[in-house]
Amino acid sequence: MAPAANIAALRHGLDAGDYSARELAQDALGRIEAANPQLNCFITVTPEQALADADAADARIAAGNAGPLTGIPIAHKDLFCTAGAPTTCGSRMLAEYVPPYDATVVARLHAAGAVSLGKTNMDEFAMGASNETSWFGPARNPWHRQHTPGGSSGGAASAVAAGLVPLATGTDTGGSIRQPAAFCGVTGLKPTYGRVSRYGMVAFASSLDQGGAFGRSVDDVERLLQAMEGHDPQDSTSAERPATTRTAVAGMTLGLPREYWNGLDAGMAQCLQAATRELEAAGCTVRDISLPHTAAAVPAYYVVASAEASANLARYDGVRFGHRAEAPKSLDDLYRRSRGEGFGAEVKRRILTGTYVLSVGYYDAYYLKAQRVRRLIRQDFLDAFGAVDAIVAPVTPSVAFELGAVQDPVAMYRQDVFTTPASLAGVPAMSVPCGFCDGLPTGLQLIAPHFEEGRLLALGAAFQHRTDWHLRQPPA
Amino acid sequence: MNQEVLDKLTRLAQLALAPEEARLALADLRAIVTLIDELQTVDTDGVAPLAHPLDMEQPLRADAVTEQPARERYQAGAPLTRDGLYLVPKVVE
Repeated sequence: MAPAANIAALRHGLDAGDYSARELAQDALGRIEAANPQLNCFITVTPEQALADADAADARIAAGNAGPLTGIPIAHKDLFCTAGAPTTCGSRMLAEYVPPYDATVVARLHAAGAVSLGKTNMDEFAMGASNETSWFGPARNPWHRQHTPGGSSGGAASAVAAGLVPLATGTDTGGSIRQPAAFCGVTGLKPTYGRVSRYGMVAFASSLDQGGAFGRSVDDVERLLQAMEGHDPQDSTSAERPATTRTAVAGMTLGLPREYWNGLDAGMAQCLQAATRELEAAGCTVRDISLPHTAAAVPAYYVVASAEASANLARYDGVRFGHRAEAPKSLDDLYRRSRGEGFGAEVKRRILTGTYVLSVGYYDAYYLKAQRVRRLIRQDFLDAFGAVDAIVAPVTPSVAFELGAVQDPVAMYRQDVFTTPASLAGVPAMSVPCGFCDGLPTGLQLIAPHFEEGRLLALGAAFQHRTDWHLRQPPA
Repeated sequence: MNQEVLDKLTRLAQLALAPEEARLALADLRAIVTLIDELQTVDTDGVAPLAHPLDMEQPLRADAVTEQPARERYQAGAPLTRDGLYLVPKVVE
């Protein structure tokens, strides 16, 4: 039961009776209790539910009905609705909210026998790149606690990196799985838009939001993806596609987009070049490509995502659920103060930005313009994938920065320069650990055409077969 | 972006801002507008807007009842209800 055991080893241990799912859950709960005061990566821990689920998993294992994840501990990002357990979305608005239903992702993993230990910290409503917008305070990076674990799924990445759980769910709207995975030295996959059901995921930007997976290795992430993916009648944007299977690596052509590589920090470039050589050694050919509209991705993203957020967050009115202001004088006063008190500064900025770009006189100039740019960005990828099988790029411009170091909202938005293009295009992308700069982990981003996650898994697994970055563990 | 525009936005978005919050929000929104103005440098003549990343047909489901009423359960998290109704300040005199 080593903290960094992989899922295959845990599966073997459970099936062989070396330990029970209950013992595994108790062990993880003990580690969470010890580490969470420092890392703040969990908002809610649910020990009673976890032990009940573990007992059910043990019964399944004893009956010979175990699936790949039966008895395996997991944590859910705190925007997946969990029936009977708080789902705060990192916000004061939902601090007391207990959903009446499970998200499809939660229900599928529960049905697979995975044992959920609790809900992980995140930027408020998934809006942020550092976890600092969480109403519950930021999660911390286990490699250096003064540094951010990234965001918005920072708690999930921190918990996996610290060995508290082997698997965690996350969501990625503009980089919220890939960036924290890179900052914490774990593997994180954002599937194709539509690969995983959004039902029961608290909505931020509905044309961009996508659930995905964190684990230490690609092998582990693959197991989690396979339990999450697939069409869901409750989400009409979820795609009916065959399950993800790995492709072959040898003979793949990989594109290095010059817009991502030029001007990269020297240490980061060195790590990424070494990583690329490993993929060449695994049988891939590498070539230079261009994704010419890359620089427009951040402004296009902050128009589209904010516009969708302003509409989605209109539901928080202090009436049906969520925070309600005391002693309202009128219905307008109830709305205005409930929202004013319930939302933090970053969420307010996004709502106001979204309201602005959707308002009369600005709709064409910003919202429609951003949607036109979005088409150009998607076309960049479609054109590139006519010549290459996958794209190799950095995830972030730097390693994890210190908490408090980025105060300017626009500077924070620009952190997303390498992750928002794939989000706007809807293509799958993955971050795999590929080295260290200044003692902090860095990630390699692999990007594939729509629904070709199998290529990402194959490339990532080949890379991890040749390297041991994903096996490194932060100091206890 | 100025105070007048911000006042209109907070009204449209039903969002109360304290005076200090409003001052900071105005400065931040000015910077954000400068960022999103970068879009104007991209030539999008003849390019259709893209609202959704996939070329997917909207699937239709059978016109069958799939949900049962569960008002008590759904209202359990509401801040204020009575007799199955959500309570708000008086709207009509």
